[in-house]
Amino acid sequence: MNRRKGKNTFWIMMMILMLIITAGFLVVFIVRIISLGAPVLSWKFIVEPPREAMTEGGIFPALMGTFLLTALAMIFALPSGIFTAIWLTHYGKPQWLVNILHIIINTMAGIPSIIFGLFGMAIFVNLLGFKVSLLSGSLTLAILALPVIINNTEQAIHSVPADFSEASLALGATTRQTISKVVFPAALPNILTGAIISVGRVAGETAPIMFTAATFYSRSLPHSLQDEVMALPYHIYALMTEGTHPESQVPIAYGTALVLLILVILIDATAIIIRSYMRKKRQW
Amino acid sequence: MNRKILLLTLILSLTTLIAFAKTTITCSGSTTVLPIAQATAEAFMDGHPDINISIRGGGSGVGIAALINGTIDIACSSRPMKSKEITQAKSKGIEPIPYAIALDGIAVVVHPSNSISNLTIKQLKDIYTGKIKNWNELGGPNLPIVVISRDVSSGTFEVFNERVMAGAKVSSSAQLLASNNAVTTTVSTTPGAIGYAGLGFVSSKVKSVAIEKIIPSEQTVKDGTYKLARKLYMYTNGKAKGAVSQYIAFIQSPQGQKIVEKQGFISLN
Amino acid sequence: MKGIKEKTFQAIAYIASLLTAVCLIAIIYGIFYDGLPLFKFISWKDFLFTNNWYPVYSPPGFGAWALIMGSFYVTLGALIIALPLSLGSAIFISEIASPGLREIAKPVIELLAGIPSVVYGLFGIAFLAPLIRQWFSLDTGLNLFTSSLILGIMVIPIICSISEDAMSSVPHSIREASLALGATKSETIFKAVIPAAKKGIIGSILLGFGRAIGETMVVLMVAGGAAQIPKSIFEPVRPMTSTIAAEMGETIMGDLHYNALFALAIVLLIITFFSNLITEIVFRPKRQK
Repeated sequence: MNRRKGKNTFWIMMMILMLIITAGFLVVFIVRIISLGAPVLSWKFIVEPPREAMTEGGIFPALMGTFLLTALAMIFALPSGIFTAIWLTHYGKPQWLVNILHIIINTMAGIPSIIFGLFGMAIFVNLLGFKVSLLSGSLTLAILALPVIINNTEQAIHSVPADFSEASLALGATTRQTISKVVFPAALPNILTGAIISVGRVAGETAPIMFTAATFYSRSLPHSLQDEVMALPYHIYALMTEGTHPESQVPIAYGTALVLLILVILIDATAIIIRSYMRKKRQW
Repeated sequence: MNRKILLLTLILSLTTLIAFAKTTITCSGSTTVLPIAQATAEAFMDGHPDINISIRGGGSGVGIAALINGTIDIACSSRPMKSKEITQAKSKGIEPIPYAIALDGIAVVVHPSNSISNLTIKQLKDIYTGKIKNWNELGGPNLPIVVISRDVSSGTFEVFNERVMAGAKVSSSAQLLASNNAVTTTVSTTPGAIGYAGLGFVSSKVKSVAIEKIIPSEQTVKDGTYKLARKLYMYTNGKAKGAVSQYIAFIQSPQGQKIVEKQGFISLN
Repeated sequence: MKGIKEKTFQAIAYIASLLTAVCLIAIIYGIFYDGLPLFKFISWKDFLFTNNWYPVYSPPGFGAWALIMGSFYVTLGALIIALPLSLGSAIFISEIASPGLREIAKPVIELLAGIPSVVYGLFGIAFLAPLIRQWFSLDTGLNLFTSSLILGIMVIPIICSISEDAMSSVPHSIREASLALGATKSETIFKAVIPAAKKGIIGSILLGFGRAIGETMVVLMVAGGAAQIPKSIFEPVRPMTSTIAAEMGETIMGDLHYNALFALAIVLLIITFFSNLITEIVFRPKRQK
């Protein structure tokens, strides 16, 4: 019995150890980024463009670029994704089409992001002639986000109890009315959460924009869909691998990483908070 | 709901942006030319607030490919275009015109603690093919040689390949890095390393070795005695016009060439 | 009788689905369309199994063995590091931690899963790699070991979160029964809970695998960039993803190098597809329960 108790304690200790090591890694990681990034951060850092061969100044164009890329990508992806999910869950006929679509969507959800970038470069930049631009980049990001949005919306719709739509239909409502007035509002919190998390993911992606939208240095903000944009994640990468004056640029890279991190964490935290708030309000 | 908010925000930001219409020049390619492009672009934009210049790196190969694909205004290149590339360009309706904007010498660098100070082209080649594996084979310290090279898009690599390797393959254990800076940073922190980079990237963190007893300098590059001297180019589709030709003319002007020298490279004259 | 509004709504949904289908099929089609021409120049056997990646030489070499192995080595290394840590943490959070701790831990893990990969890459190249170079007196810290380490850390939140979900959905009755029979906590965990959550745990590992093998930025910045089969874990490698990222910019539409990179994409697509398929099979019986 004591042996078993000993084993028990041993394993519990091991689990705690695993957690501590994991937490340890992550703490070192976050602390490092904060400690090296925070000194660089200032109001000027956020609102000024880079100066003196990117050794001074700020990252405002990159911030704007990320914002625009993400916003456009969502504008392209959200309506298409949500409506696709609606079709799949409420109108899907014939069944084989639904199944094939599901297989394709699931495969796409797992594809490495660089392949989207490669595809985006081949089709949007070269074939369609959109060049390296906000348009090419956001289309590429939209396709990247699409499978995740569809899966998430479908799950959200499925989690609404069937009684709701059955009751609605029994009362004589059409499918459309059932969806727009009963199912969708009920599924909204989860759909919203998923959409917000997609925003966070898209904002942090580098590979898809490397050759479809991103530029290393540009002073003014993009004024049309055809302009190249700076972007936060690409800025970090470019400074570290192509930077011309590492002594001053490595800290800027850390600062940019910190800004990106804060942005993504704020976005994800918002999603999590909305989700738990809506869960508490939920009446079923 | 949040879709509407997003849409609204986007329209608002787009309207504010459209108010500031500008001509844009897009430039991409060599990481060697990058510091020159950036510094001259900043000076040029200070003098021409209605023109915006957007610069990307990626390597000479990337710039040239973009020019051939028709997606860029200026391709920065640290090597002349190959005839195969020119044929490809012409077949796509692109007419590449070179503009020399600076001179450069590819410096071969080692760690400051390395005692070696001269290499022949043959020794350099043998190091990069992996034939010579240890510094003591050359009279240096007993340290395995860590070969640092550049990846496929590098113009610097192409010039090095042509003048030193003469087509022989670089050893597969060589590390292929993405930029001049990555090379010098790695060499500066790795005692057994050897690498090559444009003159503007050589700092006190690394030691530059003489090639065939010649040290790269403004003198030896200009008079051609340094074996790895080269010109740096900007390629355009057809003769440069408008804002693009203004920008290139600026770089070639005395003011622009001063900026070239400040970045550590060598002026054209 | 379907009114106009009904028909329009349904039509919009249908068009959206077609659009999605077209986009996604276009990607698969495009990858094959641009990748298959490579095999007129080199046999697929040579492509997959020879180690001769010299795309810009004349004549060019497209043997991708070292690249494919690079991807697998890095992924394997990442899983070796991630599995004990994430499973251990998941077990702790699900079975041992107090409800209060669990409330904090779960959202934190979700947040960590959202950290962009380029930030991990920055940490790797600027901090971890020089450190490892010093600690082990290596030539370079940019190698298989460092990139596996960072990749492993990146994958931990995914495996941990999903495994924890699987374990906490195991009905309490199973735990209570085990404890009632006299088992210790750890015996309950290993002999009752984990087997019951087996499918979810395996699924999470597969997801982690998929994430690791498809990761680009971390390996691009940290793995070193030498297209070789490493003779030790401290040597640089070059997985398929970073090869594509590093070389795609300089390819000209339609030339052989371009085709070769798409051929690599085909390989990645096939690996992802099978990994997904296996995950589906693992997860599906669970749903039918």
